[in-house]
Amino acid sequence: MIPQELPPYGLVAEFDSAQALVVAAEKARDAGYQKMDGYSPFPIEGLMDALGHKANILPLLVLIGGVVGGLIGYSLQYYTSIYSYPLNVGGRPYNSWPMFIPVTFECTILGAALTAVFGMLGLNGLPEPYHPLFHVERFALASRDRFFLAIRAVDPKFDLIQTRKFLESLGAKEVTEVPQ
Amino acid sequence: MAQAPSQSELQEGQIIAPGHSFGTITDKIGSIVQARRTPKRWWTGFLIGFTLMMLLFLTIGNLLARGIGIWGNNAPVGWGFDIVNFVWWIGIGHAGTLISAILLLLRQRWRTSINRFAEAMTLFAVACAGLYPLFHMGRPWFFYWLLPYPNTMELWPQWRSPLIWDVFAVTTYATVSLLFWFIGLIPDMATLRDRSKWWIGRVFYGILAMGWRGSAVHWHRYETAYLLLAGLATPLVVSVHTVVSFDFAVSIVPGWHVTIFPPYFVAGAIYSGFAMVLTLAIPLRKMYKLEDFITDTHLDYMARIMLTTGLMVAYGYGIELFMAWYSGNVYEKGLIANRLIGPYRWFFYALIACNVVAPQLLWFKKVRYSPWTLFVLSLIVNLGMWLERYVIIVVSLHRDYLPSSWGMYSGTGWDWSMYLGTIGLFFACLFLFIRFLPVISIFEMRTLLPEAHVHTEKEAKP
Repeated sequence: MIPQELPPYGLVAEFDSAQALVVAAEKARDAGYQKMDGYSPFPIEGLMDALGHKANILPLLVLIGGVVGGLIGYSLQYYTSIYSYPLNVGGRPYNSWPMFIPVTFECTILGAALTAVFGMLGLNGLPEPYHPLFHVERFALASRDRFFLAIRAVDPKFDLIQTRKFLESLGAKEVTEVPQ
Repeated sequence: MAQAPSQSELQEGQIIAPGHSFGTITDKIGSIVQARRTPKRWWTGFLIGFTLMMLLFLTIGNLLARGIGIWGNNAPVGWGFDIVNFVWWIGIGHAGTLISAILLLLRQRWRTSINRFAEAMTLFAVACAGLYPLFHMGRPWFFYWLLPYPNTMELWPQWRSPLIWDVFAVTTYATVSLLFWFIGLIPDMATLRDRSKWWIGRVFYGILAMGWRGSAVHWHRYETAYLLLAGLATPLVVSVHTVVSFDFAVSIVPGWHVTIFPPYFVAGAIYSGFAMVLTLAIPLRKMYKLEDFITDTHLDYMARIMLTTGLMVAYGYGIELFMAWYSGNVYEKGLIANRLIGPYRWFFYALIACNVVAPQLLWFKKVRYSPWTLFVLSLIVNLGMWLERYVIIVVSLHRDYLPSSWGMYSGTGWDWSMYLGTIGLFFACLFLFIRFLPVISIFEMRTLLPEAHVHTEKEAKP
């Protein structure tokens, strides 16, 4: 069976400095491109703004994770000490809340930390063993010392020839078509 | 590959040698892992650790067959080497989290080159620590009785006991430290995957990198998660040694029932942790010629933290003595008299010499800038912190209220073999880590270079 010809994933442009990538992202955003992403070997402050992406919901999720963890921790102790097996220890109240603080605290931290890590991975869609950009040989340098700007074909303004010209005008070292 | 700059160009206060680029940083750290040949010194170190680890397994095998009677624990001294070593190891672990979390929140950029292996040190130290309470149980196969789960005995853990708090604190700490370390590794795994020339390397690091490709959106969430984890780990690390100190402070044993224990234990933990970081960092940077990244300035800063926490610990010792006198309590006074002139007095004086007197040398800049003096001092502090726990535990327990129940304690050969064995486990794990994972965070080192910082539109048009 002959594999069906798929439309390309998009175009990726290579830059040799973080500054060049941010400037290019700002220009592409101002030119009306939306479906694009920058790639760099380290986090670059301001690149998210330059790309026109909005803030993320991770902090809210972590807050919820922490509150849920804490509630689970406290209610576990409350249920076992008051309903399941009330035990008089030295005349202390069944609901000895000061003594329940350490476990509640640890459960809060655990809930929040697990949410932070797995929330980050989940929102980022990782693990993701396959990605079209891995077809581009030079893209391996994105984890070393090169900076890339990718504009996806799904962008309404995307045009294989026009967008390539536009990226080249931004001072890209090389513009490559990325297969699907 | 550009020529790496020489050490002589480094100036005081610089945390990375001049002349590095993103590429040279990547190559220098990456080549430790992706070297053609494993250095002989690595093999020597690993084999020593591995041999001692076998001693640990031998001890554990014997322990399971014959019970904890092979240890020196006896009727008045129910906690011996096992709890001494548990507290020692868990204290060592604390510096890793302090460096990675608290120094991150305080924007101490020098932490960058030491956080990765300090975190690894934390994990392995917590693993060693965890073995002790586990095997102290006598029947470790019933360890799950500590966990709250519906069971046919219809029993639940005793929530009012610090020992249960300890279970929650230490397991949470181990989990969070592992997660923190792991997410710190993800971008570097991608670097090693892309650098790898061998398909096994690409598959191994590729799986661990989980498809990381440095996307701006990913980085943004990543940094948020990392910062939040640091914020969560900071109170956590303080809580862990606080809870460990509650194991003592909540009891009514003279010498344990004191309110200074939580802060004093936390300071002691950081003190011993930084001592261990220095013990590891100085030979490591020599072995792999990492003086460009772990500079003398780093050692100076760590020595200063050691001096500060050492003074806090010294204050703790002083307050212990003062409160015993000030309380007017005959048992507290008796305990202090026993500590100062009793049969274990030399342990106490050795502890003061190691933890209070020796670190005063750190006031001198010359000492802080002389790596091998620092190395020796760090070993002395490690020993001193071990003695501190020995004094707190054994000396308090061996003579409490009733003279009729007094006794003596000393560790047996199996106590020592278990201790040496956990040191072996620690070093074997550490050498494997050095060989297979990047020992310094590559992507964070890149951000130390000036060209990593950009000017955005917003700044141009305020």
